[in-house]
Amino acid sequence: MAPALCANCNTERALIKRPKNHAKLCKACFIKVFEEEVHHTIISSRLFHRGEKVAIGASGGKDSTVLASVLKILNERYDYGLELVLLSIDEGIKGYRDDSLETVKRNAVQYDMPLKVVGYDELYGWTMDQVVATIGKKGNCTYCGVFRRQALDRGSKMLGIKHVVTGHNADDIAETVLMNLLRGDLARLSRSTSIVTGDSRSEVKRSKPLKYSYEKEIVLYAHHKKLDYFSTECIYSPEAFRGSARSLIKQLERVRATAILDIVRSGEDMARLVPRDTSSSCSCKEQKNAAPIALAEDDVGGCGSQNGRTPGNEMAAMDKQLRDNEVHEKFEIDVAKVISEGKKTGPEKQQWGLPTRNGNSATGAVGGQVLGNCERCGYMSSQATCQACTLLDGLNKNRAQIQI
Amino acid sequence: MGSESAATIPITVDFSGGLEMLFDNQRRYLISLPVTDESGKAANIAFLIEHLCKHYMKDPRADLFVLDGHIRPGILVLINDADWELEGEEAYEIKSKDNILFVSTLHGG
Repeated sequence: MAPALCANCNTERALIKRPKNHAKLCKACFIKVFEEEVHHTIISSRLFHRGEKVAIGASGGKDSTVLASVLKILNERYDYGLELVLLSIDEGIKGYRDDSLETVKRNAVQYDMPLKVVGYDELYGWTMDQVVATIGKKGNCTYCGVFRRQALDRGSKMLGIKHVVTGHNADDIAETVLMNLLRGDLARLSRSTSIVTGDSRSEVKRSKPLKYSYEKEIVLYAHHKKLDYFSTECIYSPEAFRGSARSLIKQLERVRATAILDIVRSGEDMARLVPRDTSSSCSCKEQKNAAPIALAEDDVGGCGSQNGRTPGNEMAAMDKQLRDNEVHEKFEIDVAKVISEGKKTGPEKQQWGLPTRNGNSATGAVGGQVLGNCERCGYMSSQATCQACTLLDGLNKNRAQIQI
Repeated sequence: MGSESAATIPITVDFSGGLEMLFDNQRRYLISLPVTDESGKAANIAFLIEHLCKHYMKDPRADLFVLDGHIRPGILVLINDADWELEGEEAYEIKSKDNILFVSTLHGG
């Protein structure tokens, strides 16, 4: 095969085939285009304002490393006037976070940004190692996810910063869209697609400047720019991507690469169709406030700093749930048939009205919820006690038992 | 052809993005790849992948690298720094001193 030339400059050899439009680009043009597209996202969504202090949620992984690198470049190139700070969360997992924190420390030097590390132990009195020692490996991702969510907010509050950016990419968003769609959770679907979460009511605003960037391009950007990042699997949730929505997304990409952005855009379009009182919460309330504690299946789980990376096997769990639904449906049809004998349209209607398991609670809850503060820690919460405090309660009871 | 010791091509294979964990935590391998596969066809990427699984994989979790006989979706393959999609993917015939990089996008940070 004769080497293809870059479609942009027509001089250099093409090294990248872009998943979003199949354009063949050389290294330099790809890097430029990648950065310019993030710039476009930032400008068109008016993410920042001059003089703003922004914390970059940094895990040492590819996404946050690329985010830090690109933001530094754009901040200088386009004179955003931002004050950028790296904010890292130490979950307290020996042998996992220790190494990645070393990467973040190197990044801080490389990008000349101050670094703040906030530990679960100082925030909650528990490291993840201790949590796992108490509750076992099952379900620990839930704790980690809930704790991390607050940790970023609390960490930025400590720094006096009101805006945290995270490295969530298009693949992450597409995965969340799919999961929420399959769950029928419209409220969360709507929130998960918005580029900014948190409004004047919440103290810390969150945004995702890499929302439209393919994970593939993020990895290629890191590779071609020789960025220093750390990749590993969480020792408590190895191979979280096996049998997950993640692997479905990757298979779709293999068949048709544009599928990922298509799903993100479809998610946004569907979010617009969500009834007003539900969708209005999309840009103003964080996931954690919207629904009563949704445990393992909530999209707070996962490894690294990416909450889009859900714990494995949820597809299997979903499959089971759908099968259960079918079983229930069968029962219902039988009943319906008896009732609506002679009326042909009856059973069908009954069928459709039925299996909205999570949907009910989610949409119902959003409408009737009032955002308040956790009576324990003061963190914003729609419940009397926030998720983290509720989980901590359980943990502390266990610790008391163990000590006795 | 015909000679006892099959001819080989020297190449470099790199693993990153977490894949090195499946290959004894070693990021770079200098490999002498047989010039042809068992059926006498010139060695291509598909053959290399098979070869790596057979001789270099140090982990029972082969499905984290190969799924249904093909490279697992989400793993990028770069041939001399170029996306393998530009080079013919599995059918690319390997040349002496080629550098093949496998990088996973699947692992978190």
